[in-house]
Amino acid sequence: MSETPRYYVPHSSVWPIVGSVALFLTAFGAASLIHQSTAKVAGEAHFGFAAPVFYTGLAVLALMMFGWFGTVIRESLQGLVSRQLDRSYRMGMLWFIVSEVMFFAAFFGALFYARMISVPWLAGAGGKLETHLILWPDFADTWPLFMTPGGTASEAMQAWGLPFINTVILVTSSGTITFAHWALKRNHRFGLKLWLGVTIALGICFLTLQAIEYSHAWRELGLSLGSGIYGSTFFMLTGFHGSHVTLGVIMMTIMMLRVLRGHFTPENHFAFEATSWYWHFVDVIWLFLFTFVYWF
Amino acid sequence: MRIAKLHALGVSIVTSAWSSQACAVAWDLREGVTDMSRRIQALHHMSFTVCVIVGIVVFGAMFYSIFAHRRSRRQEPAHFHENSRLEAIWTLIPFLILVGMAIPATSALMEIEDNSDADLTVLITASQWKWHYQYVEAGFGYYSHIATPRGQIDNKERKGEHYLLEADQPLVLPTDKKVRFLTTARDVIHSWWVPDFGVKQDAVPGYINEAWTRVDKPGVYRGQCAELCGKDHAFMPIVVEVRRAADFDRWLAGQRQARALASQAAIAARNKQWTMAELLPLGEQVYLKHCATCHQADGVGQQGKYPALAGSSIVTGPIESHLNRVMNGKADTEMQAWAPQLSDVDLAAVITYERNSWGNDTGVVVQPLTVYSAR
Amino acid sequence: MHAHSATAEHPPKSGLRAFVARWVLTTNHKEIGTLYLWLSFTLFFIAGAMAMVIRVELFQPGLQLTEPNFYNQMVTLHGLIMVFGAVMPAFVGLANWMIPIMIGAPDMALPRINNFSFWVLPFAFAMLLSSLFMEGGAPNFGWTFYAPLSTTFGPPSTDFFIFGVHLMGVSSVLGAINIIVTILNLRAPGMTLMKMPLFVWTWLITAFLLIMVMPVLAAAVTMMLTDRHFGTSFFAASGGGDPVMFQHIFWFFGHPEVYIMILPGFGIASQIIPTFARKPLFGYRSMVYATAAIAFLSFIVWGHHMFATGMPLAAQLMFMYATMLIAVPTGVKVFNWVATMWRGSMTFETPMLFALGFVMMFTIGGFSGLMLALVPADFQYQDTFFVVAHFHYVLYPGAIFGTMAAVYYWLPKWTGHMYDERLGKIHFWSAAIAVNLTFFPMHFSGLAGMPRRVVDYSLQFADFNRISSIGAVLLGLTQLLFLYIVIKTIRGGAKASDQVWEGAQGLEWTIPSPAPLHTFQTPPDLASVEQANGLRT
Ligand code: HEA
Ligand code: HEA
Ligand code: CUA
Ligand SMILES: [Cu+2]
Repeated sequence: MSETPRYYVPHSSVWPIVGSVALFLTAFGAASLIHQSTAKVAGEAHFGFAAPVFYTGLAVLALMMFGWFGTVIRESLQGLVSRQLDRSYRMGMLWFIVSEVMFFAAFFGALFYARMISVPWLAGAGGKLETHLILWPDFADTWPLFMTPGGTASEAMQAWGLPFINTVILVTSSGTITFAHWALKRNHRFGLKLWLGVTIALGICFLTLQAIEYSHAWRELGLSLGSGIYGSTFFMLTGFHGSHVTLGVIMMTIMMLRVLRGHFTPENHFAFEATSWYWHFVDVIWLFLFTFVYWF
Repeated sequence: MRIAKLHALGVSIVTSAWSSQACAVAWDLREGVTDMSRRIQALHHMSFTVCVIVGIVVFGAMFYSIFAHRRSRRQEPAHFHENSRLEAIWTLIPFLILVGMAIPATSALMEIEDNSDADLTVLITASQWKWHYQYVEAGFGYYSHIATPRGQIDNKERKGEHYLLEADQPLVLPTDKKVRFLTTARDVIHSWWVPDFGVKQDAVPGYINEAWTRVDKPGVYRGQCAELCGKDHAFMPIVVEVRRAADFDRWLAGQRQARALASQAAIAARNKQWTMAELLPLGEQVYLKHCATCHQADGVGQQGKYPALAGSSIVTGPIESHLNRVMNGKADTEMQAWAPQLSDVDLAAVITYERNSWGNDTGVVVQPLTVYSAR
Repeated sequence: MHAHSATAEHPPKSGLRAFVARWVLTTNHKEIGTLYLWLSFTLFFIAGAMAMVIRVELFQPGLQLTEPNFYNQMVTLHGLIMVFGAVMPAFVGLANWMIPIMIGAPDMALPRINNFSFWVLPFAFAMLLSSLFMEGGAPNFGWTFYAPLSTTFGPPSTDFFIFGVHLMGVSSVLGAINIIVTILNLRAPGMTLMKMPLFVWTWLITAFLLIMVMPVLAAAVTMMLTDRHFGTSFFAASGGGDPVMFQHIFWFFGHPEVYIMILPGFGIASQIIPTFARKPLFGYRSMVYATAAIAFLSFIVWGHHMFATGMPLAAQLMFMYATMLIAVPTGVKVFNWVATMWRGSMTFETPMLFALGFVMMFTIGGFSGLMLALVPADFQYQDTFFVVAHFHYVLYPGAIFGTMAAVYYWLPKWTGHMYDERLGKIHFWSAAIAVNLTFFPMHFSGLAGMPRRVVDYSLQFADFNRISSIGAVLLGLTQLLFLYIVIKTIRGGAKASDQVWEGAQGLEWTIPSPAPLHTFQTPPDLASVEQANGLRT
């Protein structure tokens, strides 16, 4: 890695503003879409622009990613990335992951609140006896919630079927990406490609099984976002995790393409390392999910 | 509590001094009419006094320094910038003060949270924008709405003494009895608050919270909804009429009879054939009291928020859907189910009124019996 | 605030394209800082104008010019925009401008992300404000958007509000990451953590708070969205959820948020007071530790906003004790400021005046906060104007005075011109009087029992409200004076020296005024860094 004494400061860049516009279009489009599909007030047909705006937003967002990361890659190939700048990138990624953790933490908070507070209260525990007697007399405190206070019934997920297999898959993948990293450090390009490929494959397996799992929940168990707080927490947690896995797989695929292009040196491979950190994070989240959503 | 007493005195002097002028202005937290409200006021005086004292010390030092350590008086600044002992002291002293404040607060709170062995239980159900009081033991209840005329709110009439703090039917309670309140809500979160009792409890839909009070002075006490609950949050007063125990029991007995008679009268009224001429004026009253706040007195509603009734397809359309909408409401909107809230006659009257006002000339007369069978 | 336009890198171009190229594509921390400050000021005026509507409506009993629904919209947007649009961007702007200079860095660590975090904001607020023109009107459920008023009963525009909040979240988190990384990674050699100026320290901790809580807010609005449209029941009892759970999640974000709005202010006061007392800051270390302690405690006190929701006794006690504890580290700060002034040699230029006003009136707000923390008393205060008085004392003379002190303090460095001292003093005194005229009577109307968020009130509150309203209009006018002073200073004025303030310490005073577009591209020599943080030993 080049020892440029100066900290590289790009002069100006179009990509950020492109990104902001894209983000705005996406958000505005999404809001309008939801808004139009579930119009609460009468006579709201004039939201035809919603879908186009939304997808344009996504498209531009993708464009921005390519453009932006492209620039960064070119800079690093030009050797503009000093050790200090590299550290900035790493710290940035780590703090980003911290924020992601807090996002999941909030949903876990909701899960624990439901399990330890609201559901017991609705069944009369913790000084909320009247709540039970007067408002929800025939509600029983069970977890998973087979019958909501409102009377929606559903069945619970099983831990030791697909979920467990998925756990094994993800844990393994966490190992394989580490192997890939070691290979990269030792400059074993073949090992790198092999293990990275395996990890991607495992990621895809996970997603496939998750999809099967969902259809099973939906079809056989009658479990949906609508089936009370159990369904809500289950789908929101696994769903957001799933979307993060998808993102991770995409990132790793891009890494693969770059590897094939011959990018990355044993010393200089921030992007690859960031991806692997992200993958580990996704993996750890899953372990919590498996423990608290499926198992106990 | 000595300081508190002194302070209270000071406050009351200031207060009386001010109120001697035309307008009576309260500068202090209400003393109230319950043991707890007084303890809370004392707590307030105590914490306030502590803050004043600390303030005097801190700001005193600050202003002395501002005065005495100005450039014009001290050319050369000192250079000290640390003093472990001093810093330890001003970490410790505030901590001790806080402990001193926490103790009475804790004991008061523990008493507040003790809802056991009450003599009387009232289930308070809030909904947009009214209260329902259910006497659990006696087994009857009623709604309580704001009684301030629209005209006063719109600055068309002179405002009365209890502007916005007057209800058509107050909650009636006995003195010297431990009354337990169960609060809940139908739609959004409201909060039942009577300052003079020192009681504020949120009414959360789907849950029931508990609070209690024991009033020692008969009288009329007024409060307001204390949680933003939508459009008419400001117009959701609470009026409590506290009577001596014997008085209260008489009232309770009277209520039972009255209700018995009323229900008979209701049956009679329901079975009677009503004419348009009879229904319209009654309907107008009901409409103005319950419906006008959203749909407006002239039935034009509110752009995008509340549909207009003038020329509305439901109001001018088949009677069934009109009945259904009024009686069962529209889920998840301010349009609530009125069947449980209004009598057959009132419903018939208001629906007839809607179908024959503001250019809606269906000429239809809805009979209470029709409403009854639609229940 | 951009007199550094004509510099080597930027030959003064003209025309729209040049303008856009400069302000839209820039990756320069000073230019982005300027953008943040102007955006914040604009939104401050918009939200302030809404406050004017509120105050006019409350001028006397009865409905004046707003219809209840619109009043609620004004209150909601006023709160949201002041918090997310005025205070936070102002502090981020100051951080952008000053932190790299104060630690001897060439720029922010991630300049492109920096530009991104800014340019997301105008769109976010455009989206939020657009809701005013939508069918059913803007959000009307208060800046705390409690469920179910905001979920099942929220107006259609709520969805745009939700995505708007998401955008603000993205902006804040990225901005915070940038600041943390800059501070941890770009300090000039020799600038150890315990030598950093306090403004940098407070911002380091603020950024940490932001990263911890903004995602939680994002999660909260996401749950709102799914509750509204996808049948989840996080906040609905019939599904096993709980409306009060929303409040727990919101306030887990909300309370740290209020310290996000004050910690940088603490930092600013700790920069300015030593300068004008010509005396090193007293108790630098305890200042740092106190800030950290406040940040830590802020995570375990959120329940003090929810005492009336029917929490179990144990929880109420826990939250009460934790909340009261915050008085201790905050007190340490206040005492340290006073001790810094003690036996100094003080002069009272405008920045100092605002800093002193900050210390005094924030403390008053703190006192009322402490009173609110006593649960039994809070049952009487909760959701009354006493609370409104409390938080305006910590937010207006706190956060806003802090920002204004900073602007007066650094404006000469930014523009190269001295502001008009006379006008500055007039601004301070009129603002100080108006602020108290506006917000002090609210204590009394609150104690007398006036609920907050009401469009109309009963007669006994009339006098206090009239005073508040008059004060508010004055306060509004003083802001116009401030705007005038700033523009006047940018346009011209007495040339400012590099040192600007005789007693000033720190790297920002070692560079020319106006600050050139690029500073410390090679790290400064910190042989004399002992001075850099005012620690003259
Ligand atoms: C900058 C923002 C800010 C800051 C710094 C604070 C600081 C504090 N706040 Fe405040 N608060 C808000 C913004 C802020 N608050 C807002 C916006 C709301 C309303 C939200 C809404 O509902 O809309 C609110 C509401 C609020 C409530 C809920 C009221 C209710 O709704 O019922 C409470 C209750 O405990 C509270 C307490 C405190 C306390 C104890 C502090 C402490 O940090 C204060 C500590 C400081 C001091 C105490 C003064 C200095 C100390 C000394 C001089 C030492 C010696 C002093 C003694 C020993 C007495 N605040
Ligand atoms: C940093 C935060 C901040 C700041 C600075 C302010 C500033 C002000 N706030 Fe407010 N306020 C909040 C945060 C803030 N507020 C919050 C969080 C709430 C709670 C919301 C809720 O309940 O949900 C609130 C609520 C609130 C209420 C309670 C409403 C209610 O509960 O019914 C009131 C009432 O008086 C009020 C008044 C004011 C006033 C008069 C100012 C003044 O300081 C404003 C000064 C005036 C200006 C800055 C305008 C200057 C410009 C002009 C005058 C020119 C006019 C321009 C045009 C006409 C285009 N605010
Ligand atoms: Cu009911 Cu506010
Ligand atoms: Cu708080």
